[in-house]
Amino acid sequence: MIPVAFEYARAGSVDEALSLLGEHGDDAKLLAGGHSLLPLMKLRLAAPAMLVDIGRLNELSYIRDAGDHVAIGALTRHRDIEISDVLAQHAPLLSHTAEHVGDNQVRHRGTIGGSVSHADPASDLPATLLAMGATLVARSASGERTIAATDFFTGFLESALEPTELLTEIRVPKLNGAGWGFQKFNRRAQDWAIVGVSAWKGANGSGVALVNMGSTPVRASAVEAALASGASAADAAEHAADGLEPPADLNASPEYRRHLAKVLVRRALEAAGA
Amino acid sequence: MKISVEVNGQTYSHDVEPRLLLVHYLRESCGLTGTNIGCDTSSCGACTVHLNGESVKSCTMLAVQADGQQVTTIEGLATGDELHPMQQAFHENHALQCGYCTPGMVMAAVSLIDEIPNPTEQDVRIGLEGNLCRCTGYHNIVKAVLAYAEGGAK
Repeated sequence: MIPVAFEYARAGSVDEALSLLGEHGDDAKLLAGGHSLLPLMKLRLAAPAMLVDIGRLNELSYIRDAGDHVAIGALTRHRDIEISDVLAQHAPLLSHTAEHVGDNQVRHRGTIGGSVSHADPASDLPATLLAMGATLVARSASGERTIAATDFFTGFLESALEPTELLTEIRVPKLNGAGWGFQKFNRRAQDWAIVGVSAWKGANGSGVALVNMGSTPVRASAVEAALASGASAADAAEHAADGLEPPADLNASPEYRRHLAKVLVRRALEAAGA
Repeated sequence: MKISVEVNGQTYSHDVEPRLLLVHYLRESCGLTGTNIGCDTSSCGACTVHLNGESVKSCTMLAVQADGQQVTTIEGLATGDELHPMQQAFHENHALQCGYCTPGMVMAAVSLIDEIPNPTEQDVRIGLEGNLCRCTGYHNIVKAVLAYAEGGAK
């Protein structure tokens, strides 16, 4: 399968990428690792006229301890997140999630910024960033702004990013020893989750988010509220699908997904020590 | 667009369309047909090559993304007539039936052992989850990779 023809430019700096985006607007797409975008282009579900390759902007590939949070450059690959000592210490839920994205080959290329910008409700990392209350940093020619993960995912494959913006950094609050759990249910090892759960619970709160339970990655607010009022893991998990309208596809009906969500939220919360 | 890619230690330069996939570049422009195209949807791993020493699926990369980089294909593993020890381990353990997945499987396995030099059987099974064998010959593939890791292949 061969994509529709397009123009290609390799950005040598963030500023150059932004100026190319400014010039081509909606016709341009950013190419990082390419593991979300290229499959869509090969299937001709996407046909951007212009690809701006930001894959070599090494200044956007880093994982830094920034005090109360860990700062992750948008071009950090899944593999680097998986093996990061800083994340293993302060945000093991995130490194563990990265370990379950695709397979080794995919993790050698795919980036956290690419995965988040793609905003696929079936992707693992967006749910973990939602659960952890991450903040996303976007830059455009006119400056920089921060977007809470809870405001970022606006629709199916749609995010709060403007066509002229580039996601540069992901800030993940430290877990500070809170318990955590991640559950991914799929039929083949490397597949997307049919349903997935990312959860943590500490002395001062909890965060629970779901993969593939709607048109965006979603927070299981009813579960968090139940935990806050002292419910057990099993009782809180009963609220996993409250208010949600999960999709129907070849793998599962909405009813089956609701059932899976409850079972997997319970398992994730038990792993988190709730 | 003009690109230069170092493939198996040799520099190849071509003028390519940006939409040319790396796997087509390797097979058609460089004439290296050892890398197979299987599913063409980044699922099966038949097209696995190394980019700067790490396994990647060459059906999900553009040739222009490999410009100036180092690529190793299955043709680049052996030294003359002497098989790479991973190839030898596959040979000795009968780790193939039809052979279609083998080049990708071997490339993925070499990259896996670079990252986990002393793997458990589970490490190998999980580490090769991106490579499918339609003959379901996984048992001997895992055996071969473990034999290689233990230095059992001559």
